[in-house]
Amino acid sequence: MIPHRQAAPGVEPIGPPIIVTGWLGWIRQTFFNTPLNTIITLTCLLFLWRVLPPFYDWAFAAALWEGDAKACRQPGTGACWAFVIEKLRFALFGFYPADLHWRPLAMMLVFIAMIGASGYQRFWRRELFYGWVVALVAMYVLMAGGVFGLARIETRQWGGLPLTMALAIIGLVAAFPIGILLALGRRSRMPVIRMMCVVYIECIRGVPLITILFMSAIMFPLLLPEGVQIDKLLRAQVALILFAAAYIAETVRGGLQAIPRGQFEAAQSLGLGYWRMMAKVILPQALKIVIPPLVNTFIGFFKDTTLVIIIGLFDFLTAIRSALTDPAWLGFHVEAYVFAASVYFLFCFSMSRYSLWLEGHLSPERRR
Amino acid sequence: MVLKMVLAAAAAAAVLAGSGAADAGATLDAIKARGSFKCGVGTGTPGFHYPGSDGVWRGFNVSICRAIAVALFNDPNKVEFVPFTAQQRFPALQTGEVDILSNNTTWTLTRDSQLGFNFGPTVFYDGQGFMVNKKLGVKSAKQLGGATVCVQPGTTTELNLTDYFREHKLQFTSVVIEQVAELRAAFFGGRCDVYTNDSSALAADRSAATNPDDYIVLPERISKEPLGPLVRHGDDQWFDVMKWTVYAMIEAEEFGIKKTNLDSFANTNVPQIKRLLGMEPGMGKALGLDDKFAYNIIKTIGNYGDIFETNLGAGSAIKLERGMNDLWTRGGMQYAIPFR
Repeated sequence: MIPHRQAAPGVEPIGPPIIVTGWLGWIRQTFFNTPLNTIITLTCLLFLWRVLPPFYDWAFAAALWEGDAKACRQPGTGACWAFVIEKLRFALFGFYPADLHWRPLAMMLVFIAMIGASGYQRFWRRELFYGWVVALVAMYVLMAGGVFGLARIETRQWGGLPLTMALAIIGLVAAFPIGILLALGRRSRMPVIRMMCVVYIECIRGVPLITILFMSAIMFPLLLPEGVQIDKLLRAQVALILFAAAYIAETVRGGLQAIPRGQFEAAQSLGLGYWRMMAKVILPQALKIVIPPLVNTFIGFFKDTTLVIIIGLFDFLTAIRSALTDPAWLGFHVEAYVFAASVYFLFCFSMSRYSLWLEGHLSPERRR
Repeated sequence: MVLKMVLAAAAAAAVLAGSGAADAGATLDAIKARGSFKCGVGTGTPGFHYPGSDGVWRGFNVSICRAIAVALFNDPNKVEFVPFTAQQRFPALQTGEVDILSNNTTWTLTRDSQLGFNFGPTVFYDGQGFMVNKKLGVKSAKQLGGATVCVQPGTTTELNLTDYFREHKLQFTSVVIEQVAELRAAFFGGRCDVYTNDSSALAADRSAATNPDDYIVLPERISKEPLGPLVRHGDDQWFDVMKWTVYAMIEAEEFGIKKTNLDSFANTNVPQIKRLLGMEPGMGKALGLDDKFAYNIIKTIGNYGDIFETNLGAGSAIKLERGMNDLWTRGGMQYAIPFR
């Protein structure tokens, strides 16, 4: 038996060399552990060194935060954030009357608060559903007015970020249950229901979103009887819901396929009917599996809403782009697009982080 | 059998009612009943139609629609502006989603006939032109032999350019860039001697330069782009209101009647002015408008020259020359049909 090694009294044990522990060791292990990784690391560093300082100069050091277009056009001036500040209200709220901008702002705050609350599992109760119903009515009243002494604002004057958010999030929330029903329908044993779902999904997926929006804006009114008019925004919203539902359906179906047959049989042997089996046993597992592709669909859809410009609705991106045509502020494309990109990034990145958190939270057994 | 006949009659009645609604006067009647009309504009062209920072539509084309609102309702805000992309504007007018388009649409034969539209007076004669740096000392496009030209690919602009240089037996090198913003940057950065586009766009681009005064737009126009408001077939009275609103603004400029000096004409003896301003009744009534409709337009919107100057000309950032859009009496092409 080998005696357990012990340090002699008065002698401190020597740790491993500093080069393999601590942050230095971590950097070495992570970035320089093979020749290829070393080359990649050095290339990236070179790239950052070439790109970051000029970008910093442009975006911060030499940037102009106030002043007019003339000041911005002086040689040596960096980003003209004064342009973005000047056009911020238009970009955010579009054609909504300027003195009533607190209303879309309040609507967005209610919206964000509700979305935030819905994110936590401890709020997932029946009350949340009622809360959403109340919040949606409140948001509609805030935007449209017409009651409680609020001036009536036509939907054609809605625009900017509230419009983008409303189209995307209401679209997704409404499309989600439809998508689940379609996914279940497509796997149904009843041929008529199955065929209907297949036809619906394939037809919607077979055409571009632009086509569907165009149909809703131009063709659909022709089919209505004389004198009947449906609001353009509502038509666009319905078109977006129908579109998103088809994609969500296929994503959810992917999750359903992944549930082993045994789960169905187990649920049935417990005496659960079809709907209770789906609601209690199958869907909770299936939806958990499809969180990543679902968020993928959501993020794509959020960005797709910019296409509503083809039917003349001014979403956030379009509002910024048309602000570029003000003759007093011509030529600040880069600033406008950088700003728009950061706002979209903020939204999409939050969605993606939330989904990661949710995934880990709901499936501790799969966490890696 | 009886039931069938009743159904057939009902269907026929529905068809008749439907076609009746499309008869002359329908659009104007609907507009008057609604108390406002819908004017289709683009999503933004500097100086012509663009949203201001306060979210209110501004620009030359916007003023035309506001003038029509004044002619009808004596209120420049009784018009809703609906923005459209180039692909969507024609279906929107055809289906009645808007009552008029005022968005830099070029008047062409097929649009006037096959698409079922009526074009009003040309409010802006545009055409492809050339912009150069003043340092080159060039005064005419015919001196551009051997130049490098910045141009967008695949457009009629590119075709016109080639045709023009070939016709005048001049050599040129083209620098082809798809995005307008990059094209502009290339020209101002000195990558080419000449930048070619529609002259109104050239003027707008010039205003985005660090030193706009370093550049001039040469006088030659190598294509014809008559831009004006348009309505759909089927309501001649509405078409008349649109036409005569524009003519009233041009006629006012011909007589030197401006927004600022309008009331000094109160005691005029010139019969044409009296008819125009409604001091002698009859002109407005003939159009189904207030006799003072032209007076109201000039009072709230201004004459043709006023809206040109504030939106496109010296009073704007674009600083476009009147050129072809000057009055016929000053060598331009703007000419009002007589008010009598």
